[in-house]
Amino acid sequence: MTISLLLLLIFILTATGYVIGRARVAKMRNQVDRSERPHSLPRYYGYMVAIYTALPALVVIILWIFFESTVLTGLVSKQLPADTQALPQGQLNLILNDIKNIAVGNMSQSTADPVRTAAADHFSRLLDNSQWARNILAILVALLGMFFGYRSIHKDQRARVFVERAIMIFLIACSSLAILTTVGIVFSVLFESLRFFDKVPFSEFAFGLHWSPQTAIRTDQVGSSGSFGAVPIFAGTLLISAIAMLVAVPFGLMSAIYLAEYASPTARAWIKPLLEILAGIPTVVYGFFAALTMAPLMRNVGEAIGLTVASESALAAGLVMGIMIIPFVSSLSDDVITAVPQAMRDGSLGLGATKSETIKNVVIPAALPGIVGGVLLAVSRAIGETMIVVMAAGLAANLTINPLEAVTTVTVQIVTLLTGDQAFDSPKTLAAFALGLLLFITTLILNIIALRTVRKYREQYE
Amino acid sequence: MNLDQEQPQEQTIEEIVASLGDTVGEARVDNPKMTCTGVDVFYADKQAIFGVDLDIGANEVLSMIGPSGCGKSTLLRCLNRMNDTIPICKVTGQLTLDGEDIYGKQTDPVLLRARVGMVFQKPNPFPKSIYENVAYGPRLHGLSRNKADLDDIVVTSLRKAGIYNEVKDRLDQPGTGLSGGQQQRLCIARTIACSPEVILMDEPCSALDPIATAKIEELIDELRENYSIAIVTHSMQQAARVSQRTAYFHLGKLVEVGDTDTIFTNPRHELTENYITGRFG
Repeated sequence: MTISLLLLLIFILTATGYVIGRARVAKMRNQVDRSERPHSLPRYYGYMVAIYTALPALVVIILWIFFESTVLTGLVSKQLPADTQALPQGQLNLILNDIKNIAVGNMSQSTADPVRTAAADHFSRLLDNSQWARNILAILVALLGMFFGYRSIHKDQRARVFVERAIMIFLIACSSLAILTTVGIVFSVLFESLRFFDKVPFSEFAFGLHWSPQTAIRTDQVGSSGSFGAVPIFAGTLLISAIAMLVAVPFGLMSAIYLAEYASPTARAWIKPLLEILAGIPTVVYGFFAALTMAPLMRNVGEAIGLTVASESALAAGLVMGIMIIPFVSSLSDDVITAVPQAMRDGSLGLGATKSETIKNVVIPAALPGIVGGVLLAVSRAIGETMIVVMAAGLAANLTINPLEAVTTVTVQIVTLLTGDQAFDSPKTLAAFALGLLLFITTLILNIIALRTVRKYREQYE
Repeated sequence: MNLDQEQPQEQTIEEIVASLGDTVGEARVDNPKMTCTGVDVFYADKQAIFGVDLDIGANEVLSMIGPSGCGKSTLLRCLNRMNDTIPICKVTGQLTLDGEDIYGKQTDPVLLRARVGMVFQKPNPFPKSIYENVAYGPRLHGLSRNKADLDDIVVTSLRKAGIYNEVKDRLDQPGTGLSGGQQQRLCIARTIACSPEVILMDEPCSALDPIATAKIEELIDELRENYSIAIVTHSMQQAARVSQRTAYFHLGKLVEVGDTDTIFTNPRHELTENYITGRFG
């Protein structure tokens, strides 16, 4: 019996639980004496029995799946000859992998040696037994749960309260899933980074001015001594993000103000979707545009006025990235500006302020927290953007604040580090995790600073 | 009982308005500050005000009463062109301030609103400090030459609005932190600070408790010395207490206007009498 069939069966049992739970109480509701009637509506007793049926069974299945592989592997490895068991952990794992592959048929039996074939037979027998045990246990638990739930139905039992609480716990579980995932990501990045800092000192990484992550693949290789100073690439990231924000914030905010305050309904109905199309263009396409149109344009214009512009420049990447971010800023700002109460505008206009004075002195200050929130999102988007930068800004880790030179960013470096042909525990690959960690910390600090600033200066209406 | 028998046939608003006849009472005064002549207001195709003639005299309080939707707020908002902010609203007829047509080509609505201030139904202080709320208008219009001047305007305005003593120690705190009645007096101070000639009040006490209302009413009486005031109110007692003249509106038509005493003791139009005696449904 496969897992899907089992789940279907559990579902049918759950539905049965609902029906019988409901039916049992429906009869009790006709009591003449009010105090003899059940506390809640029949459907709540149905839900309750269904929860008693489904939940323990599902927990059993999940736990079983979680521990099955570990337990079975342990059992199989105990059966292996003593000399095989004495092998180092890495080799033992390889052999166990072989055995599993043979058992599920991914590897032909004829090529394997008899010890492994025997172990594989043993493994597949165990797997079969385990599945049967799982199915029987799950169904048994479901039936027991249903029985218990059904028996516990009593007129004074508060099924509605029970169901409400179950729903709350379910919602809490859902929200903690996102939080746990975030924590998991942070820890996985953190541990890989710690491995990196074993090989390269933190001070060199955080304050080193030279980035050249080419470590030697073979010991006799020459000219590839890696240096991992992250300052140039963080400088590049900040430079490009700053250029992007210089484009996106003014243009986004101004178009939001136009849309929210000046545009006629018809104009708004046309312009807003058009602006939002900008957000729908894939970043790769922006990358083409930056590399093939903007960068050459920059170079030609630069030459015309006597400046040296690299063919891959921070300016081209930053400008295009800024255009990409405009709809973020404008859409979010538009929403918060529209949300400012009309009474605020009336008050200002009624005192003889012009429209633009009203916007400058009353509407924007009132909408500021939301606007800053939108800008923050845009900053995170700019810092995390990869594709445009790969195509238009280049890979050279120059430490410069000149926007006409080629620079590189953290995300681009992470991509190039992880797509190399190095072993996964080489400093070059691990550096990617360290970069990720530092990037995460940087954006976190930026967010905290910005939120504090907003809280201090915001003008709260209502 | 069959409801249809009470109202034999469906009448359009235009027909009802026509059946109301001409305005009863004295629409004109000797020394008018503002005048309305034949004012019609339309929201898109729907007419909200029908041919209103009305004067607001210098240094008088004119109260505008009538059931909801009778157009009194709409007319009030015409007097400082706040209706300009509603795109579908169209005003015809003549409205003047000191004899100048306020819908004329030369009139700048921004300057008009500085001369004809407005206090709104719900207190709407800006999310700024008390000081900044009052200093807002003078700053816009360049009424002060330096900080000391501005301080002076702010303090004087707060004094005139009768709120200075309550807020003098916390001028730097947000105006939104005040109580409802204080907020409304702050809004009045804010309006006074622009040194207007006329003050329009749109149900200024409807969101306030009786004590706060009493304070505002006292204030209105004091303000009459220096300003002309038009006040829309749902409270007939309030109209009787604060105003010298009263105008009664019905379905966008000015039904009756005259001395407050006359209107409340000896109304001439049947509808007015029904309304002020509470017989109106």
